[in-house]
Amino acid sequence: MFKKLAIVASVVALAACGQPQVYPLTVDSPAGEVTIHDRPEAIISLSPTATEMLFAIGAGPQVVAVDDQSDFPPGAPVTDFSGLTPNLEAISTFQPDLVIVSYDPGDLVSGLGALGIPVLILPAAVTLDDVYGQLETLGAVTGGDSEAIVRSMRADIAEIVAGASRSGLTYYHELDPTLYSVASSTFIGHLYSLLGMKSIADPADTDGYGYPQLSAEYIIESDPDVIVLADTLCCDVSSASVASRPGWGAMTAVANGSVIEADDSVASRWGPRVVDFLRLIAASRP
Amino acid sequence: MAPSRTRPAVLLASIGVLVAVMSLATVLGPAQISAGQVARSVFRWIPFVGDPVLSPQSQAILWQLRLPRIVLGGLVGGMLALAGAAYQGVFRNPLADPYLLGVAAGAGLGATVAIGARGSGFPALLVPLAAFVGAVIAVGITYALGRTVGNRTATTLILAGVAVASFFTAIQTYVQQRNTDTLREVYSWILGRLSTTGWREVIIVLPYMVVSAAVILLHRRLLDVLSLGDSEAESLGVDASRVRLTVVAAATLGTAAAVAVGGLIGFVGIIVPHAIRLAAGWSYRVVLPLSLVFGAAFMVIADVAARTLVAPAELPIGVVTAFFGAPFFILVLRTTRDAL
Repeated sequence: MFKKLAIVASVVALAACGQPQVYPLTVDSPAGEVTIHDRPEAIISLSPTATEMLFAIGAGPQVVAVDDQSDFPPGAPVTDFSGLTPNLEAISTFQPDLVIVSYDPGDLVSGLGALGIPVLILPAAVTLDDVYGQLETLGAVTGGDSEAIVRSMRADIAEIVAGASRSGLTYYHELDPTLYSVASSTFIGHLYSLLGMKSIADPADTDGYGYPQLSAEYIIESDPDVIVLADTLCCDVSSASVASRPGWGAMTAVANGSVIEADDSVASRWGPRVVDFLRLIAASRP
Repeated sequence: MAPSRTRPAVLLASIGVLVAVMSLATVLGPAQISAGQVARSVFRWIPFVGDPVLSPQSQAILWQLRLPRIVLGGLVGGMLALAGAAYQGVFRNPLADPYLLGVAAGAGLGATVAIGARGSGFPALLVPLAAFVGAVIAVGITYALGRTVGNRTATTLILAGVAVASFFTAIQTYVQQRNTDTLREVYSWILGRLSTTGWREVIIVLPYMVVSAAVILLHRRLLDVLSLGDSEAESLGVDASRVRLTVVAAATLGTAAAVAVGGLIGFVGIIVPHAIRLAAGWSYRVVLPLSLVFGAAFMVIADVAARTLVAPAELPIGVVTAFFGAPFFILVLRTTRDAL
């Protein structure tokens, strides 16, 4: 729910691409500049997205610990650290030389700063350019190869978008069984927009926050073309359970089988797997 | 002098208000369905009158979402107000509410555990059941403690309730922190919600509420006797602690059922009985039946506000009952100051 904070960390002292990285280097982070003195060899990631990005650019071997929500890729060194309520002492026992989070839950940056441990904040992305920017930042900081993954993501997304002929479809994207949804202005809404799709939650997003809660009455009356369930793992929701909700069977999408079951984690992160999410939606919609 | 029993005319008029409120609620909501369409849909079995004018979506909204929700709101509101009045009677405490003896904390723990365990294959249907069981266990422990610790007065019982509630809330918060992915769902349950319910919930809670309401209403005279004090009641031949146990058990059963399907909806159990006392008199023969009726009406109105104020989003109903209930209560207090 902190996805609106997005200001992307941009690389200030980016060395020439493909060249060995020159340290120390300084990068911008929402909480101020972060200086990396040497190639990090003991990285702790408290952001599941950052974990996926680190492994995607080949910096996986430099990661010593990840938070309890980092369930991808399978080989990541999962601990019971929480990105929501991190314990400074437990983190410091790993003697990390870099900690990556998606937001500062309070005193993490100052607390670890006092111990001389740099903290890089990579907030929730708003656009795909934010995603590429974060991959490049991580590439620069760790010496990993972000260029290849960014290039293949751009190519894959261009191909999926080019193949999506029909536009103007409406969708309801379900975040949890209490009917929280996403507006078109969010990062996930931005992905749907690439396929020419529009969220039924837009009129409900009066405060511009992007994640309004809808009422069942409104969803059924809106009768979206596509229903996407991003709560299949957390909350055991399926196309069958949606069809059995009172009144939901009257919707066209339910009757036509246009209910798409997505992986919650893929649909809530902004890492390289956004390509998989986009591909799933493009392939499953009517 | 305030009447000591409810006149049939008053009761009939109150029920008329409730029916009017519920009818109005059927035409208000985020989806536009007019009164004419509702009437035609309701009487669609009469030839020529009932045309299938509604789209399948509107038909589903009306019959599977809006109507069950109005009925459920009425049941939950009536039950909470009646249980609140009963608690105030047995404890002779104007601040007693249905959650006094740990119902809320117990139900909260039950629901949190059930919501958290669902990822590991625990059926979602069992959330109301878990809340119900948690509520009954918490009050059971409170009662057992209240009996074993010192003298068996109402105060001991209330203090035991405070301790049990804190203990259960601590466990609930811990479980909630361990399952951060279901945080939002637990939170929305705690704020109270009548949303996403169908007729199933109505059918589940109805038997408990009927039994609970019947037992409480049958004790209305004894509650009047109890209001004189335990020793005075005993001298009149009333076993105060037995009456208290029976009424508390019935009120707990009803409250647990209400909480299981509606979440933790506050203020109804305090505001409605007091508003009735101020307007119609202090006798439990008046307060109990009118609390049931006006509690139902109040909750139906509050739910209309929850559904429409920020449509197409929705407000937690607990927020609505507190936000509109508290100022309304102050208004009632001010206008009837002399009645105190």
